[in-house]
Amino acid sequence: MKPLSLLLILTTLALVSGCGKREMRADAAIREQILLFGSKSEPQDLDPHVVQGVGEHNIISALMEGLVAEDPKTLNPVPGLAERWEISPDGKVYTFHIRANARWSNGDPVTADDFVKSYRRILTPSLGSLYSYMLHPMKNAKAFNEGKITDPAQLGVKSIDARTLELTLECPTSYLLHAMASHYTWWAVHMATVEKHGDPYKPGNKWTRPGSYVGNGPFVLTAWVPNSVISVRRNSNYWDAAAVRLNGVDFLPIESVDSEERSFRAGQLHRTEEVPNGKIDAYRKDNPQLLRIDDYLGNYYYRLNMTNSALKDKRVRLALNQALDRQAIVDTVTRGGQKPAFSFTPPETAGYTSRAQLKFDIEGAKKLLADAGHPDGKGLPPIEIHYNTSENHRAIAEAIQQMWKKNLGVDATLRNEEWKVYLDTQSGGTYMTSRAGWIADYPDPNAFLETFLSYSGNNRTGWNNPEFDRLIQAASCENDVNKRHELFQQAEALLLDELPLIPIYFYTRVYLLHPAVKNWHANYQDHHPFKHVYLEVPAK
Amino acid sequence: MFRFIAARLMQTVPVLFVVATLTFFMVRLVPGGPFDAERNVPPEIKRELEAYYGLDKPVFHQYLDYLGRLLHGDLGPSYKYANRSVNEMIAATFPVSLQLGGMALGLALIFGVTAGIIASLRPNSALDYTASSISMMGICLPTFVLGPLFILVFALNLRWVNASGWFDAADRILPAATLGIAYAASIARLTRGGMLEILNQDFIRTARAKGASSTRIILRHTLRGGLLPVVSYLGPAAAGILTGSFVIETIFQIPGLGRHFVTSAFNRDFTMVTGIVIFYAVLIVFFNLLVDIVQIWLNPKLKF
Repeated sequence: MKPLSLLLILTTLALVSGCGKREMRADAAIREQILLFGSKSEPQDLDPHVVQGVGEHNIISALMEGLVAEDPKTLNPVPGLAERWEISPDGKVYTFHIRANARWSNGDPVTADDFVKSYRRILTPSLGSLYSYMLHPMKNAKAFNEGKITDPAQLGVKSIDARTLELTLECPTSYLLHAMASHYTWWAVHMATVEKHGDPYKPGNKWTRPGSYVGNGPFVLTAWVPNSVISVRRNSNYWDAAAVRLNGVDFLPIESVDSEERSFRAGQLHRTEEVPNGKIDAYRKDNPQLLRIDDYLGNYYYRLNMTNSALKDKRVRLALNQALDRQAIVDTVTRGGQKPAFSFTPPETAGYTSRAQLKFDIEGAKKLLADAGHPDGKGLPPIEIHYNTSENHRAIAEAIQQMWKKNLGVDATLRNEEWKVYLDTQSGGTYMTSRAGWIADYPDPNAFLETFLSYSGNNRTGWNNPEFDRLIQAASCENDVNKRHELFQQAEALLLDELPLIPIYFYTRVYLLHPAVKNWHANYQDHHPFKHVYLEVPAK
Repeated sequence: MFRFIAARLMQTVPVLFVVATLTFFMVRLVPGGPFDAERNVPPEIKRELEAYYGLDKPVFHQYLDYLGRLLHGDLGPSYKYANRSVNEMIAATFPVSLQLGGMALGLALIFGVTAGIIASLRPNSALDYTASSISMMGICLPTFVLGPLFILVFALNLRWVNASGWFDAADRILPAATLGIAYAASIARLTRGGMLEILNQDFIRTARAKGASSTRIILRHTLRGGLLPVVSYLGPAAAGILTGSFVIETIFQIPGLGRHFVTSAFNRDFTMVTGIVIFYAVLIVFFNLLVDIVQIWLNPKLKF
């Protein structure tokens, strides 16, 4: 190519751009009160009963609201579509009173019947809802969802009158209101609309397109260009429309973390989903006002395969755990302010902190390994670390490999697999140790601990402890918070003593936020109800 | 000519059949399925989903179903994007890829052919070496280096254009230039080679002897033959630009088909993978046919 052609390109560029400094989109959007939100992935769908992701949550939370909503600072349940509710003394019956002015975006009133029909829909097996188990605390919900009973009238939900909904549970579920506020599976859809666009009880319904979508949240869907943008704008029928300050949100699904960061710098975004690991330090040093690091309710851990002959010996598992310098991993490898994990449940999860704590103790680890018949790692086969393709997972695995070698004399090998192959290996149990992560659906120790029930599909370690199962089941039906936490304490102590997993760190959310974004509060679920957020031109 | 085209079209039927069959079975051989997720999907629910999409039937039965639908031009529903069909997804994203590819190819042709002609006029001169080395750089610089570099200069430093997206006209410039440059470089080299070959032939000397102006010699006598290598290159290049724009689409956040092609394989979105492969196969066959026709038209030595 000739220099001339470069010149031509430059001229074209100059012509099109008008040569001067353009106003950045982010600045224009501040005036327009449109939040530009980096949302990482193209959503699967916008039907709250079909989707499964975190990105989908952000968009749906702009379009829908639950009976209960989240306080923007604490995420504690506050009245949403329901203006108040009562809970029976045994904690099993909830009665919600829906606001008289709660309306759908098409003007229809929101009724108790909408919720009855919605809950029946999400629990109907033929819909194939991946997340329907969130509703299983409801009476008969699990049996209905699994096809064991077929009469929807037996579900623990009924409308007393147009504005009163009664919910009956299997067991008192202390986190229920949190789950109803934060989790879209508990939100209602406008059934008449769903029925108009296809079979409401089958996947593939097309009601979620712009123009068709009927929601009950602060915004309505106005555009959806796959892989480009999803726009929502003010919903004048929202019951609290006067309190909404944004005029809209544009969700930009930018898959590549580098492209997203560049778009932020080019003034196209107010908020990114992530920050490239290599750039965290630079932001910390040069632009700390843009960098946000919030604690996040999730943990990063290694599963240990309990059916593996080398790992069957508890002392080996404990030794591998005690030889890990987690502080070094978060300081030098992940570098995003993560907290080293010495328990499975993150500290202060709904007021619960595990009493049992693991430790970092190289001498103790060496002794354990020697006791198990492997002094300095002798006779122990190489430990295989299995992880899915990602720079970060590889870097962590390499650090752990070195720590085991240096501190214990144990060799480790790395096994990298593409995401779906990795999932296949993990659920097939054909790994030795495998990297995992868990983000809680609701703020409660149960959200973490129940994954290690012997019959949980999320266990995947082959660990099976009847006493642990008993404790978790007892906790799930315990109405007294202190007694419930005590049961979790015992369960977690048992889990950490048996150690079918090695916790490594607790997650943080690392992202970039434009200083104009106001009423945005750090919280451990990374939920920022758009109803409260607004944009303000930063003072020069 | 008509018989030639008809015969070529007939040949595409078995080609597409083989492509569809191989892809259909290959995506199913890879471990992992469309509904596997980090959060365990209860077996009852997974069964329902598989039944809905017909994945519970024997694979051969699924294959026959698929072929049956394919005959009607129906590529099936996407497993990942619950409310969209593969046809819809292609219809929404292919025009974007086509636009990007068309602009890139246009840029590549304009700059490539011009540079190639200029270089061929004074072979082994300083001008030729400059043009050749710049085009060598164009070939060697991968798009994932050039793209971010362009963004750094034009979007982040000069602030002339956006760093990503596909919203206004200016958003087309950087991606089309990035994608076009690599092809412009190849085209320049091919043009130069083709031109030099023709320029040394007897009929050019005759034309000169008869007193034809050099503009006439280049544009009328040399270019027609000199561009033949470029034309044969254009078929695969056009297909490559349209199918291989994954990197560009990711760097510039462009809602084109290339990204779906790759992400659908990661998602094990069987119908989407198979559908896009078949669609691409049709495109490639079409471009090759087009190239053959243009070649016959340019080169009377070829017969059909």
